[in-house]
Amino acid sequence: MALVDVAKSFGAVQALRGLSMDLRPGRVHALVGENGAGKSTVVKAIAGVHLPDTGHVEIDGQRVELTTPADAQRAGVAVIYQEPTLFPDLSVAENIFMGRQPLGRGRRIDYATMRERTEDLFARLGVYIDPDRPASGLSIADQQLIEIAKALSRDARVLVMDEPTAALSGTEVERMFAVTRSLRDNGAAILFISHRFDEIFALSDEITVMRDGGFVSHAPTAELDIDTVVRLMVGREVTTLFPKQEVTPGEVLLEVDGLTRDAAFEDVSFSVRAGEIVALAGLVGAGRSEVVRAVFGVDRHDSGTVRVAGRTLPRGRPAAAMEAGLALVPEDRRQQGLVMELSVQRNATLTRRWALSRLGVLTGAAERSATRSWARRLHVKAARLSDAVATLSGGNQQKVVLAKWLATGPRVLLIDEPTRGIDVSTKAEVHRLLSELAADGMAVVMVSSELPEVLGMADRVLVMHEGRVTAELPRAEASEESVMYAATGQREAAA
Amino acid sequence: MATSSTPAEDVAQDGAVGRDSLTTRLGALLRTREATVIGALLVSLLTASLLVESFATPRNAGYLLLDVAAVAMIALPMTLVVITAEIDLSVASTLGLTSAVMGQLWTAGLPLETIVPLCLLMGALLGAINGVLVTVAGLPSLAVTIGTMAAYRGLAYVVLGDRAVTDFPLSWTSGVTGDVPGTEIPWIGLVLLLLAAVFGALLHATPLGRGLYAIGANPEAARFAGMSVRWIKLWMFVLTGTVAALAGIYWTLRYGSARADNAFALELSVVAAVLLGGVSIFGGRGSLPGVIAGVLLFGSISNALRLASVSEEALVAVTGLLLIVSVVAPNLTDRIRELRAQRARARVAAQSPTTTRTEQPTGGTNA
Repeated sequence: MALVDVAKSFGAVQALRGLSMDLRPGRVHALVGENGAGKSTVVKAIAGVHLPDTGHVEIDGQRVELTTPADAQRAGVAVIYQEPTLFPDLSVAENIFMGRQPLGRGRRIDYATMRERTEDLFARLGVYIDPDRPASGLSIADQQLIEIAKALSRDARVLVMDEPTAALSGTEVERMFAVTRSLRDNGAAILFISHRFDEIFALSDEITVMRDGGFVSHAPTAELDIDTVVRLMVGREVTTLFPKQEVTPGEVLLEVDGLTRDAAFEDVSFSVRAGEIVALAGLVGAGRSEVVRAVFGVDRHDSGTVRVAGRTLPRGRPAAAMEAGLALVPEDRRQQGLVMELSVQRNATLTRRWALSRLGVLTGAAERSATRSWARRLHVKAARLSDAVATLSGGNQQKVVLAKWLATGPRVLLIDEPTRGIDVSTKAEVHRLLSELAADGMAVVMVSSELPEVLGMADRVLVMHEGRVTAELPRAEASEESVMYAATGQREAAA
Repeated sequence: MATSSTPAEDVAQDGAVGRDSLTTRLGALLRTREATVIGALLVSLLTASLLVESFATPRNAGYLLLDVAAVAMIALPMTLVVITAEIDLSVASTLGLTSAVMGQLWTAGLPLETIVPLCLLMGALLGAINGVLVTVAGLPSLAVTIGTMAAYRGLAYVVLGDRAVTDFPLSWTSGVTGDVPGTEIPWIGLVLLLLAAVFGALLHATPLGRGLYAIGANPEAARFAGMSVRWIKLWMFVLTGTVAALAGIYWTLRYGSARADNAFALELSVVAAVLLGGVSIFGGRGSLPGVIAGVLLFGSISNALRLASVSEEALVAVTGLLLIVSVVAPNLTDRIRELRAQRARARVAAQSPTTTRTEQPTGGTNA
C-alpha cells in the first residue's frame, strides 16, 4: 500500500499537505510527529474515513478510492484504535464475526463454528480469551487483541495501529508487541503510531517523521536514534525534557490519612508539602486514579480523612474541595476534563463561572478575556476561542484543561496522567509548567504511568500495587528498578 | 489590549475577524437553528395573514397570545430541563391538578389570595417529587414523568371528580384576559415578556445557565468541574412544577373553569415547541429565543387553522406532525449544511492547491 502526495484540509486548516509513504508487507512502519502533525488524518485517509482532497492511495500499485470504511475493509485495511469500540453485550466471538457470522442450516448462525474459528484466531495470536464471555469488562488490552483477531479473520493485509499502547501496562505492551511481530512475520504491512520512543525503536523497521501536516524524513530505524527523531519532529532541539527545579518544601498542604474505598484502594496515607511534587506510580489498575478522585471528592471514600491546610474536607463534595484550594486535572480529557461540544472559552472558565460573573451576570466577553490570558500563558493554539474544544488537537485540549484548573488558583494540584497522548514539545511545556508551579509554592500530586516522567519530575514517589501503597521513595532512591519492584508488589526490594 | 500582537497564538485567526467579521458573523447567525425557526415563523405569519381572513387583526393577535400563554410559560423552564438532558412530561397533569385543587379550595371558601400561593407551593412540591425520583433514585426522567403524568392527572380527578367549578369572581377572570389600560396588549403578554426575559437571562447570561449546558452535554465533566449535577437538576424540576402550577392558575381563570381534565395532553405541545425551537432532545444544545419562536410558530399555525375552521381533532394530528418535523428538520438542515461545506471546501482546494495560510512556525518560540 502506498500514499501518494495526499493532501487534506478542514476549512482553513490544512491537516495534511502532500504526504507520500509506503507500507510494505512484513515491515513495521512507524509514523511519528507531534500532536496536530497530521498523523490521525493519515490514519483516516487509509481507513476510508476521509477522502483526500488531492493525491491518492495505491494498493499493489493500483490506484484505489477508499470513500467509506467499508471500502477500506474490503481492500484489506484494518485499524486498531487506542480505544477499541466493541459491542459490550455481545460475546467475544460475536464481536469478531459481527456482520460475517458463519451460517449453518437454514441460515442460522453457526455458533459452534464461530467459537472454533475464534479459538483458532487466538491460537494464531498466541493469546487466550474466552470466546463466550461478553466484551464488557475486558481490559483495553484484551479488547485490542479482539480487534486484531477481527482483522486477522478478514485476512487484513494492512494493519494500522493508532497509539495502541497508550492505555496498556508494561506486560500488556509486551504481549501486544509479540502479537504485532508475529503478524509482521506472516507478511502483514503495519503502520504503527506511538508517542513512546522506546516502543517505536523496539518495534519498527522504518520511521517516517511528520511535522505540521507535511513530510519531514523517512529512514530505516537502524539509522536513527531518539535524539535525532525528536529533533526532526520538533524542528529544533528540545533542551531539557524534565526541567525540575530544586525547591525547599514548605508547610504541609495536603494530608491524606487512612483513605479507603471498597474494592478500589485501602488505607492510603500520605502528605504533600508546598513546593513538592509527589508522584503516584504503579501499574494501570493499581488504584492511583481512584485515590486522587476520592481526594478531590468525585468519588466518596468509605473511611479515612483528607485535610487541606489543616481543614478536613467533607466526603464526596468536589465543590468543597475546590473551595479549599484543590484542583483535579482528570485522567480522561474527553470524558472528564472537557465538555467537547462547548467552546474553548466556556470550557476554560467552567470552574470559575461564579468568580467571573458580576451581580450574577456572566458575559461572553468576561469568559473570553479570562480565557485569552490563560491561552497566551499556556500557548494554546486555537483558531477562535468560540470554537468547540473538540476541534483542537490533543495537546491543546490538555492545555485548556490545565487552564481551566490553574485559573482557580489552587494550592494543591492533583494531576492524573498529565501528558498522556500529547506530543513531545507540549510534554516539555507541561513539565516546565508543573515545575514552575511547584516552585511558586503549589503542592502537586501527579499520577503517571510513564516512568521517565515520574523519575524526572517527582520529589517523592509513592508506589501503589493492588490498591495499597507499597513504597514511598525519596527522589534519590527512586529508580526504574525500585519503582517497578514496588509496583509489581515485591516489597522487600523497596525496603 | 497588548500593543504588539503575538501571532500563532490563541488569537492567530482573530485577525481574520477584522476582514470578514460582519458578513461571516451574520452568515453564521443566519445559519443557526434559531434563525431557521424564526424564519419559519415569519413565513407562516405572512402566509396566514394572506390566506386566512381576520388572522392579521389586533383582536386575533390578542387571542393568539392568550391561547399560547400556557404553553409559552411552561416551555421556558422545560427548555432548561431538556438542556440538562432530562424531560418533564407531567407538566400538563400538574396544571390539571392545580386547577382541580384551586376549584376545590374555592368551593371550600378560601380567598383566591390564599389559594394562589398554596397552588404555586403545591406545584413546586409536585416538581420536587419528579426531581427526587430522577436524581436521588436515579430513574430516567422519561419514565418517572410518564408515571407522574398519570398519577397527578388521576389525583386531579380524585380531588374534583368530573365536576367543574366555574363561579370564580369576575374581577379575577376578566383580569387575566384584560388589556393594559389604553392599549390592546393583554396583561399576560407583559407577564410572558417578563418571564421570558428572566429565563433568557438565567440560561444565557449566568453561571447557572453555563452549568446547565455542561450538565446536558457531559454530566461527568460537569461533576469533575465541581457542579452538583443532581442538585441542579432537582431544582430545575421544582422550577418546572412551579411554573406549570402558575399556568394552571392562569388556565383556570382564563376559561373561568376549574376542571380535572384541563389542558389534557398539553405536554405534547410544550415538548413540540421546545424541540421545534432547536433544543436538542439529547441535551446540551438550544436557546430560549429559538424556543419562543417555536411556541409562537406552533400557536400561530393552530390559530390560523382554527380560524380556517379546521376541527380540533385534526389540530391534534397537526401537533403530532409538527413534533416529528421538529425532530427531523434539524438533522436535515445539518446534513444540508455539511454537504454545502464539503462543496465549499472542494472549491477552495481546487482554487489554491498550496495555501500559504498555515505556513507559520509552530508557536512556543515567540512570546
